[in-house]
Order: sequence, then C-alpha cells, then structure tokens
Amino acid sequence: MSDFDPKTARAQVAIAGARGVTAGVLSDQPRKDVVRNGLFGSLLFLGIMIALAGLALLVGDNLIKGWPRLNMDLLTNGTSSLPANAGLHSAIIGTLWIMAFVILFIVPLGVGSAVFLEEFTGKESRFARAVEVNVQNLAAVPSIIYGLLGLAFIARGPLSLGFTVITASITLALLVLPVVILVSREAIRAVPPSIREGSMALGATRLQTVRRQILPAAIPGIATGIILAISRAIGETAPLIPLGAATFVTYDPSGPMSGFTAMPLVIFNWVKQPQEEFQVLAAAGIVVLLAVLIAMNSFAIWLRNRYEQRW
Amino acid sequence: MSELTEERFRERAEAPGNDAGDGTSAAAGGSISVQPDEFHHARDIGELEKVFELESLSVSYAGVPAVKEVSMDIYKNEVTALIGPSGCGKSTLIRCLNRMNDLVPTAEVTGRLLYHGEDLYGPKVDPVQVRKLIGMVFQKPNPFPKSIYENVAFGPRILGMKGDMDEIVEKALRGAALWDEVKDRLDSNAFGMSGGQQQRLCIARCIAVEPDVILMDEPCSALDPISTGKIEDLMMELKREFSIVIVTHNMQQAARVSDRTAFLMVELDATEQNRWGRIVEYDATEKIFTNPGDPRTEDYVSGKVG
Repeated sequence: MSDFDPKTARAQVAIAGARGVTAGVLSDQPRKDVVRNGLFGSLLFLGIMIALAGLALLVGDNLIKGWPRLNMDLLTNGTSSLPANAGLHSAIIGTLWIMAFVILFIVPLGVGSAVFLEEFTGKESRFARAVEVNVQNLAAVPSIIYGLLGLAFIARGPLSLGFTVITASITLALLVLPVVILVSREAIRAVPPSIREGSMALGATRLQTVRRQILPAAIPGIATGIILAISRAIGETAPLIPLGAATFVTYDPSGPMSGFTAMPLVIFNWVKQPQEEFQVLAAAGIVVLLAVLIAMNSFAIWLRNRYEQRW
Repeated sequence: MSELTEERFRERAEAPGNDAGDGTSAAAGGSISVQPDEFHHARDIGELEKVFELESLSVSYAGVPAVKEVSMDIYKNEVTALIGPSGCGKSTLIRCLNRMNDLVPTAEVTGRLLYHGEDLYGPKVDPVQVRKLIGMVFQKPNPFPKSIYENVAFGPRILGMKGDMDEIVEKALRGAALWDEVKDRLDSNAFGMSGGQQQRLCIARCIAVEPDVILMDEPCSALDPISTGKIEDLMMELKREFSIVIVTHNMQQAARVSDRTAFLMVELDATEQNRWGRIVEYDATEKIFTNPGDPRTEDYVSGKVG
C-alpha cells in the first residue's frame, strides 16, 4: 500500500471504478425480487381492502337506508306494530338489563377461573390442560347451541327461570365466559414471574400475591377482555331466539325476572316484517347497534393502550 | 460511611477490570487477579453464632440433580458469598435458604438445613413464615408496578406490622441509602427509577419487613459499576443488622464484600449427560482468594478456568 499514490490519474480511475462497482452492488436488486415484492404487497393490500369494503358497505348502506328514521324517536319509542310508532326503547332497556347481569356473572366466574388455572394449578397439571382444551373448544361452539342449552336447562328444566332477563343473561354469560377466561389468563400470564417471586419473597401468601400484585397488574388486560366479551354478547341474536325473546314485548323490561327483548332481536323482528317502513327502521337500528359496538371496542382499545404495563 | 465509600471507590478505580458488573476475571493475566488492598477478616468461627447449618443438602429438579451434598455453616452478621461458574447451582442453593424453591413444583430438597437450630424443611414449617424472616433480592431488579412508597409499604402491610407506615417506609429507604434520592417523589412510579435505584428499592422493600437474613442472588449483575459500588457499600452497612448471603458471578465482588466464600464447581457424570454443582471449598474470603486449599479454587479465582 505504501507505494500506491492515489494522486496519479490511474489510481483515481481505479478508485472511481471501485466506487462504481460498490454502488452497483448496493443498488442491484434483482428484477424478479422487485416484481415478487410488489405483487405480494399488493395482494395483502387487496385482502385488507376487501375486508374494509365489506364493513364500509354495511355501514354505508344501512346509514343511507335508515337515515330518515335516525333520530331521538328511534331511541325513545317503545315497541309497536305500527312502523311509525316503533322504536328501540324497550330493546335498549332490555339489553342494558341483560348486560348488567352478564357482567355480574362473567367477572367473578371468568377472572376466578383464570386465576385458578394460572396461579393455583401447576403448568404441567393434567387437570389444567384438560380444562384449557375444553375452554378453547367452548369458545368455538356455535351460539345457537347455547340458546338450546338455555332453553333446556335454564328457561325450563332444572332452573326453570322462564323466558326472563335472567335466563338470557345466564345463557349469554355462558356463551362469552370462555372468551373472558382465555383473555384473563393471557393478562395474568403477562405479569412477569419476577413480580410473583418478589411478593412471595417478602412473606406474602399466594392469596395476597394474587390479590395485591397479580390482579392489579393484570386488570387492564382483563378489562379489555370483558369489554370485548360484552360487545359480543350485545350483538348475539341466535341464542336468544329459542329463549322466547323474539316475541313481541310491548313493555320495558323491569328486572331480572321480567320478560325481555334485546336490540338485535328487535332488529331481527323488524327485518322479518313485510312493510317497507320496517326495513328502514331495521337499517336505523343496525346503525345504532353498530355505533354501540364500535364505541365499546374503541373503549377497550383505549383502555388497553392507556393502562398497558410495559415490563 | 463516607470514609468507607471513598475507600471502596478508590479500590475499584485502582483495580483494572474490577468494573465489570457481571464480569468474570477475563482480564486476569494468569496471576491471581483479585487482590483488594484489604480483606474483611473473618472472625474466628468459635465466637460466631450460626444462622444456617447445611448438612449434605442436595437439590434436584424433576429427579435431575442440581446441587449435591452441600455442607456448610453460615454465620450471623457476616456476608457469605457463593461463587462458581454458571450452572454450578449457586442460585438453586440460595433459593433453598428461604424455600423459594417450593414455588418450583418439581424441586426436591434432601439433606438437612437448620436455621438457628430449627429444621427449615420440617413438617410443621410454613414456607410463608420462613420468607418473612429470610428476605431475598433478585438478579434483575423487580419493583412492583406501583409507587416507590407502595413498593416499600407492601411488605409491612401484608405482614400487618404495627407502627406509622410513613416512618417504616422512611427507615427502610434510609437503610437502603435511597431516601435522599427519592424523598421528593415517593408517589412516582418505581419503573421511572434507574436500574441501580430500583435494586436499592428492592433492598429497601426487603429490609422494611425487618428480616433476619437477606439473600442476594447476583444483585448487581444487571447494574453499572457505580450502582454496583453503592450496593456493595450498602451491604457493608447492612451486615451490622442482618446476615447476608450473596451469589455472585463477579469474583472481585465476592472478594470485596464477603467475609466468607464458598466455591462451587460443576461436576459431570461418566456419560457427561448430567451435571450438578458441588462445593469445593468454603473458607474465609481472604484464604480463598490468597491461599486456596484446593487447586481447582486457585484455577478459578486466578482466572485460569471459568
């Protein structure tokens, strides 16, 4: 290297050439790769666009169709056989009652099951694994099956609670319970073992560790799961049909033992009617239901982002 | 304290290669690398009260041995260091001392472990009670996702300790040499602290419940040299009140802070499929580092192996 003088013309040419080669190597992407990357990206984009278009079409179509009836009357009018007087009032009250009891059932049962499976059984325990497989299977059971279960065992049969709010609540709670358990387990599992160890090393019992360290740390995740479960329950129609909710309810549900109706059922009922006005009403109802669902899911996402603990 | 601090910082500054938080003595040039100016002179065993007596203690996980037949006595108000290469069972051993291994379902402890003469693994002993008396600080700082105040107050609260909580918290934070740094932000989240502060918070949390023994499982391995220095100074203060057992990868650290050192080594069976730890030598730290009785200890502390 010592006798190499970069100032000579030949050396400069050589350096320029070397730089050119380097630049060429760095920028030389095979044409095949360019095409493949472009194609793959486009396909993925197309996929998400189809999904979004479906949603946009649904919202847009209903918004346009239901626009004439989208006003406060829709929310304040009770049930009626006359399309002009019909509204969602009874259905909204019914949905609120049902959901209140669903929350009452799924929070202790879901969180309790998750805590038990995560904290009180060994990871290798056969029992825990059997439960886990079953919970996952339950999460995939079609919702109409739960409706039939509710009919056979809750409305009639052993519990015989009749076609009431509480029957609907228990049925929907059973339906979404697997989701709550799975999500709560994930949230609890996300609390690092070092927190458990730190707590236990101070002489805390398992119960104290769970109650004061694990659960507070896992609450944002658990709350997110519960909200998602509720927003699924709100939209469920199929399991309520066998429970008699599709019948025409002209009063506001007033308590757990009251007869009931719910938003998706009223919409379902409207869609079945021959009058054109009811179709408009149904479209407006769908917009309201979607708005509630989007609001709840957004709240769940906000909650997760706001309180998510980064370890 | 200040004099001690200065002296110790000087010591660190003068000894090259001492700063590695989790370093081994890779810099050792064949000669014995660890030569602090002064060792803590371990007192004569006769005058010391025994905290732990280990009698051929063995631990296995799911039947696979991790440590075999450890026998040693650990004394009151001393710092006892466990050193040795990775996988020699140091952490396993220290976790037996407050029954943290009970949390691992497959762990099995055999042999005897006496704590102030009582069998720690006796049938009537409640591991929760054991951990109230024998606290632990972990390798990675693990503050709770709460405020600084709540981190310290957690232990006293669950144990139902009497007294003014503010005072208990302040005393613990002062004890961990953290009070002056955090007294104005006790309500802020502990995750906002530096790693070294977090680890001292974990020590404060531990001493808040007034244990008898503090176990430290590589407490400085995730910390920078300055934070390490602070924690080492702290240990010198803490041993007046507590007995300390420390696992460390860092031999300089063992030499600096401990009164007595146990050296563990990995053993293999004939098939080389199974490996476990066994104690090679246990003696006053000064002796281990200057005049070890076993050639394997000498090789290890001088950096020839490991």
